Amino acid sequence: MTSIADILAEHKDKEGPLLPILHDVQKAFGHVSEDAMREIAQTLNLTRAEVYGVVSFYHDFRKEAEARPVLKLCRAEACKARGVEALMPIADTQSRVKVEAIYCLGLCAVGPSAMAGDKVYARLDDAKFKSLLEAM
Amino acid sequence: MTVRISDDAVAIACGADEVAAAFIAAGVAVERVSSWGMQWLEPLVDIDGVGYGPVSADQVADILNGTAPSLGRIADHPFIANQTRLTFSRAGKTRPLSLDDYYASEGWLGLAKAREMGAQATINTVMASGLRGRGGAGFPAGIKWQTVARADGEQKYIVCNADEGDSATFADRMVMEGDPFMLIEGMAIAGFAVGANKGYVYIRSEYPHAIAKMEAAIKLAAHLIAPFVVEVRVGAGAYVCGEETSLLNSLEGKRGEVRAKPPLPALEGLFGKPTIVNNVLTLAAVPWILTHGGDAYAAFGAGRSKGTMPIQIAGNVKHGGLFEVAFGITLGELVNDIGGGTASGRPARCVQVGGPLGAYIPPAQFHLPLDYEAFAAADALVGHAGITVFDDTVDMAQMARFALEFCAVESCGKCTPCRLGSTRGVETMDQIIAGKNVEANLALIADLSETMKFGSLCALGGFTPYPVMSAIKHFPEDFR
Repeated sequence: MTSIADILAEHKDKEGPLLPILHDVQKAFGHVSEDAMREIAQTLNLTRAEVYGVVSFYHDFRKEAEARPVLKLCRAEACKARGVEALMPIADTQSRVKVEAIYCLGLCAVGPSAMAGDKVYARLDDAKFKSLLEAM
Repeated sequence: MTVRISDDAVAIACGADEVAAAFIAAGVAVERVSSWGMQWLEPLVDIDGVGYGPVSADQVADILNGTAPSLGRIADHPFIANQTRLTFSRAGKTRPLSLDDYYASEGWLGLAKAREMGAQATINTVMASGLRGRGGAGFPAGIKWQTVARADGEQKYIVCNADEGDSATFADRMVMEGDPFMLIEGMAIAGFAVGANKGYVYIRSEYPHAIAKMEAAIKLAAHLIAPFVVEVRVGAGAYVCGEETSLLNSLEGKRGEVRAKPPLPALEGLFGKPTIVNNVLTLAAVPWILTHGGDAYAAFGAGRSKGTMPIQIAGNVKHGGLFEVAFGITLGELVNDIGGGTASGRPARCVQVGGPLGAYIPPAQFHLPLDYEAFAAADALVGHAGITVFDDTVDMAQMARFALEFCAVESCGKCTPCRLGSTRGVETMDQIIAGKNVEANLALIADLSETMKFGSLCALGGFTPYPVMSAIKHFPEDFR
């Protein structure tokens, strides 16, 4: 299993290494914990507040693990124009999958669209959205 | 027989991998290529130039036995035939990570030309092309390059802004997923021209396919661009990092807060060094300009908007996709003739041009030509040239509220008009939607918009008033 120290060592020669480090920590552990922030701060010679400030600034980084599967559903203008808001009642009547708003996946002519991990989905209608949620 | 199927994110999201697998299972080899950009037809199957689409895996047998209806020759399709593809000349035709395909289609000629003519002549060529920044601001690329070239300093950087966060824009994504060597070549030319040995591509995390393609392409092309080195950096879900100074802070590993300008990034940019920050489309246009000459590029376009613009037609539209054409085409042509009207078949009520910070434009203004100055004169933005079409079921008060909500979610928090104004704006819009003190609250929104427009540090707070005020101006009936 990768450790925080491994990740820090891998990025030590980079200019401005904090974001690549945080991405890798989040990927390996599912979130960036208090302990991880402490270790990162110490190695990069930053204050904990500075690291915390960066983690809390970006939507991608979680300070606590999310136990449920996460589906990021695009709710930006182009997907709104194609009816994403009509899918929300389906999202809201279940709680097994965490449906998060995301603003744009660049699939703007084939929306409503969504992403789970690195997998992308388009042309979602009620039926496709339901089966996508059930399959997660 | 050559079967070509795109492996860009739209095609994959629409099921292209399953279709490709079905062809392979039937014993047919498949080439995965870039996308033609006709997204309503994805997954589009190209068999020796003849198109089928949208195709699902269960139609593959019919296509192979010749009973499936075809779209005819793809290159003759009006959506393709009516374009002027310079930046997207390879779209649909080449394998994104094939150096052979890239060499065979004018690849690396621009870089060779630059090295042959020298740094200053390269800058002069970009200057002569009239190329303006495609990210939205429209600043002349040649002037930016000249400024960085003349700046003092051993270390300089090329930063490619690939944080394409505007809704209805996907041209950057298509370049990175479909023609990554072109972008790398553009960055290498910029590096050569201004004396920078290091380039960063800052790609948003919402684009995993683009990240993978760029990383693979950089490895394959490293020896061709040396001593110039390119590295991918991945964003972390902050829309504001598309603003250049916020992007630079993010690259440095800081909160993506906006910096006050001056100093300009051209003089004090990444790590305080002279830095070119250019959009993907700006840098991707450069190899063509070097290969064919600045004047050849400037021959396209209208007024001071030179060259071509890869326009993205999206939202509730029948024929959505990537349409590259010289500046000057009207909105009406784009929406009705090329886009074929709405996907729902209902009347179009408005379009939003330029992403979440762009104005809503009613059909009465569809005569507007796409050109930086003509749009500015009509209180609108070309931006990154994304067009979202809405039909008559849209509630413009909700869209105005959303613009403010989006600004509140994505504000970096550095300046007060944006940080507080957006939240107060949402509250005030809620009052209006609930029918409380409507006239007084609309006056308050107008006043707030004025403050945000002139008091914000960057375009997020400064341009959020465009969608809000244009919605109120053109669709007052939705607010009362």
